[in-house]
Amino acid sequence: MELYLTEISKYVIAGSMGAYTFFSFLVFMYRGEKRRSWIYLLQIISLFATQFACFIQIIAQTGSKRYFFLLMIQALVLASTISMFHMVYPDGNRLIINNMCMMLMVGMIMITRISYGKGIRQFIISSASLVLAFVIPELLFRLEFLERRGYVFAAIGILILGIILIYGSVVNGSRISFRIAGLSFQPQELVKIIYVFFIASVLSLNKDFKTVALTSALAAVHVIILVLLKDLGSALIFFVVYLCVLFVATDSYFYLISGILAGSVASVLAYKIFPHVQQRVQAWSDPWTTIDSTGYQITQSLFAISGGGLWGLGLYGGTPSSIPYVEEDFMFAAIAEEMGIIFASCLLAICVSTFIMILLEAYKIKNSFGKLLCTGLGITYIFQVFLTVGGDSKFIPLTGVTLPLVSYGGTSVMVTIIMFSLIEGECLVRSDERYQEYLKRKREKINAGKK
Amino acid sequence: MQEKNKSYPIIIIGVFTVILFISMISYISIYAITNHREMMDNSYNAHQQLLKKQNTRGTIYSADGQALAITSTDEEGNETREYPFGKTFSHVVGFSVNGRSGIEDLANYYLINSNAALKSKAEAKENDKKFPGDDVYTTLDVDLQQTAYEALSARDGAIIVTEVKTGKVLALVSKPDFDPATILKDWDSITNDKSNTQLLNRATQGLYPPGSTFKIVTSLEYYREIGEDYKNYKFNCNGKFASGDDVIRCFHGENHGSLDFPLSFAKSCNSSFANISLQLNRDAFGKTLDKLMFNNELPWDMNYSVSSAVCDNDLGDADTMQLGIGQGKTLVTPLHMNLITAAIANNGTLMKPYLIDSVVSADGKKIETFSPKAYKTLVSEEESDFLKEMMLGVVKKGTASKLKGLSYNAAGKTGSAEFKDSASDSHAWFTGFAPYEDPEIAVTIIVENAGSGGEFAVPIAKRLFDCCFNEK
Repeated sequence: MELYLTEISKYVIAGSMGAYTFFSFLVFMYRGEKRRSWIYLLQIISLFATQFACFIQIIAQTGSKRYFFLLMIQALVLASTISMFHMVYPDGNRLIINNMCMMLMVGMIMITRISYGKGIRQFIISSASLVLAFVIPELLFRLEFLERRGYVFAAIGILILGIILIYGSVVNGSRISFRIAGLSFQPQELVKIIYVFFIASVLSLNKDFKTVALTSALAAVHVIILVLLKDLGSALIFFVVYLCVLFVATDSYFYLISGILAGSVASVLAYKIFPHVQQRVQAWSDPWTTIDSTGYQITQSLFAISGGGLWGLGLYGGTPSSIPYVEEDFMFAAIAEEMGIIFASCLLAICVSTFIMILLEAYKIKNSFGKLLCTGLGITYIFQVFLTVGGDSKFIPLTGVTLPLVSYGGTSVMVTIIMFSLIEGECLVRSDERYQEYLKRKREKINAGKK
Repeated sequence: MQEKNKSYPIIIIGVFTVILFISMISYISIYAITNHREMMDNSYNAHQQLLKKQNTRGTIYSADGQALAITSTDEEGNETREYPFGKTFSHVVGFSVNGRSGIEDLANYYLINSNAALKSKAEAKENDKKFPGDDVYTTLDVDLQQTAYEALSARDGAIIVTEVKTGKVLALVSKPDFDPATILKDWDSITNDKSNTQLLNRATQGLYPPGSTFKIVTSLEYYREIGEDYKNYKFNCNGKFASGDDVIRCFHGENHGSLDFPLSFAKSCNSSFANISLQLNRDAFGKTLDKLMFNNELPWDMNYSVSSAVCDNDLGDADTMQLGIGQGKTLVTPLHMNLITAAIANNGTLMKPYLIDSVVSADGKKIETFSPKAYKTLVSEEESDFLKEMMLGVVKKGTASKLKGLSYNAAGKTGSAEFKDSASDSHAWFTGFAPYEDPEIAVTIIVENAGSGGEFAVPIAKRLFDCCFNEK
């Protein structure tokens, strides 16, 4: 009986995930949130079908009833997030919220499967962050003065990173954490948001060469501190985000190309100077000869990804714990192993769908700060996905960043949820722009009529 | 802060990201699926332990369905791997503890996986049993393997028998051997002794001087260069051939007298072949060697050694003469010799040799079937006809006369490879095929330190051919 349930739910999981992914791209065929609402409904149904099938599998494999209650509570939290957000912010973008819930759901299931205690902790932090997510869009909409505080953000960001550099306890080369009131906290995750605020604000006010040079220098300070902290993943993210935002702000190919050149030169220099960079590159180019030392993590990850096959081994059917730091850096491998390549590919496609939607919002918004903020946050998100998944699968060298919303780590989840709610906030700004324009046109019509 | 609405950078970033992710997803999927089997066989892969816990290792069968390696489970759930034929199949079937070897290694992926129907799996689970692993049917022929095993008796050496039209390996014996059932117990005593070669599969990893069997290769090159003119070749053998200070002697100093080319080959006259090798174009000979897979990879899926034979214009006369008679630095594996023989017998086309015929689930469902594949053409049809005729001559009027006058016509080439300076010690070689008219099997035999090929290897070939053709 358990065996039949496990096997059947394998296909149900992949099938409903596939359906969800399909809907998350079908959305782009329709303009306007109202016309999309039936797709969103189907999406929500697929989301809960996936979640339900996963829990059927977990209960069949473990025979433990406590998972049933967990399913109920998690489903309740996700359902209320989706429905209440739509009620509170009828002008918000629902795809981003749905996708966010989908990623959170998959992450929580996988973390619970690896370690029940961590799963519960992740669930509590996610729920708290979701509450926060209801306040932020409105705050952003109201606190317009934030748009003009660029250099203050730069100062705060560099200050925080500087403090970490001086006092921070270095764990595993690239993971820096502070313990505040018994909770482990990774401040450089928060700096990501502050940093995007800084560049979006400065570059939306001024685009002359002097400003660009000064901003570039300040951005470079961030990146250099991160490299010194051995947090190569974040350093790369900060660099790429700056490059893209600068490109969007100035529309200048000159800046883009010189930025890419500078980045290449810096990478080569970093490779030559830092032994830990060389080690990462070597472990990437040939992990098999050092399978018992530096290549261990990546080869175990490859075993997991290839071991799952198309449909996966089923939850509790694989050995994700054989990969060191699986719940932080190798969630993608664990998901591919137990839920299959099809499911894992769908997960990536959903990330891309989220990113396209963010770019679409950035494209439409007229407020320059909003445009740059959306772009910056979107790139931060998608590039981090690229780094972690590419690293797990030996597509690129491993940099040790988390899969946003899916990996274990309270700060990371909270920061990503805040990022998405900031983007929702910009959606409010955009619909307000539309409304103001509508009013303006109406007034002009009336004025014209008077004449 | 009002801006113009068109923003090409955003479009560029979007398109670039989509392309990047499509390539990454394709890369991951293709890499994961194409490397699945190889990674599963990696000993660092935890999935192996998982499958071991979940499935009972499948059975290895001979071609006619006799179990060669089977796992039995006692009432307490303890598993033992049993080998019903004892040491007979030790090297080819191999072992699966302390690492793996032979078919146990080659087919490991199939043996540890279970494609049993969901119903049988559910049944097994209910009875608290493991799932039955998939079974592997090999190409091995029990009668032939037993004949080969007994024929080699207490001697060290190797025998390999293949089907020339398909590439199926029918028998593969190497001695000294080991008992696969007690390998765990014997492991330390075998591996601690550096001179112990019980675990070395001589058929595929043993490198031997080919001796006169190499004259097949020399003859091929000779025929390639002068074609039908070989018929005009004349040589008078007085037991030795000298070029400058370098002297080549015939086996045991025998005086062969007046010879044409076919008789030089049949009688295996070293002097005549030393004479012939000096007439060859050495660069062209080197290319022929490369084409025959010397110093190159062989189409073989398990461990093997690479044969070495070098020839180019820089090679001196003395070395060239040594090469022509298969002595000096030239080294081959019995497997390689067998592949060349099989290709000649099969009109020049080498079929890829294979050991696994099919994989069948516990419910009898065929999971995978392996079919014969042509590997490459080693010699032309014309060359193959010529060499076959020469090899028939060895039986009719030469060193393999013990194969004469049987119900089938065999053909081949003997060798007595000297491996020390003293002429008394030699490995006995035979490589050949039968029936001559429509070749079916190729056999290659080496008996270490036995004496001449005609005397010690040919009788073994006869027993193998008899086993194949007399019963039918």
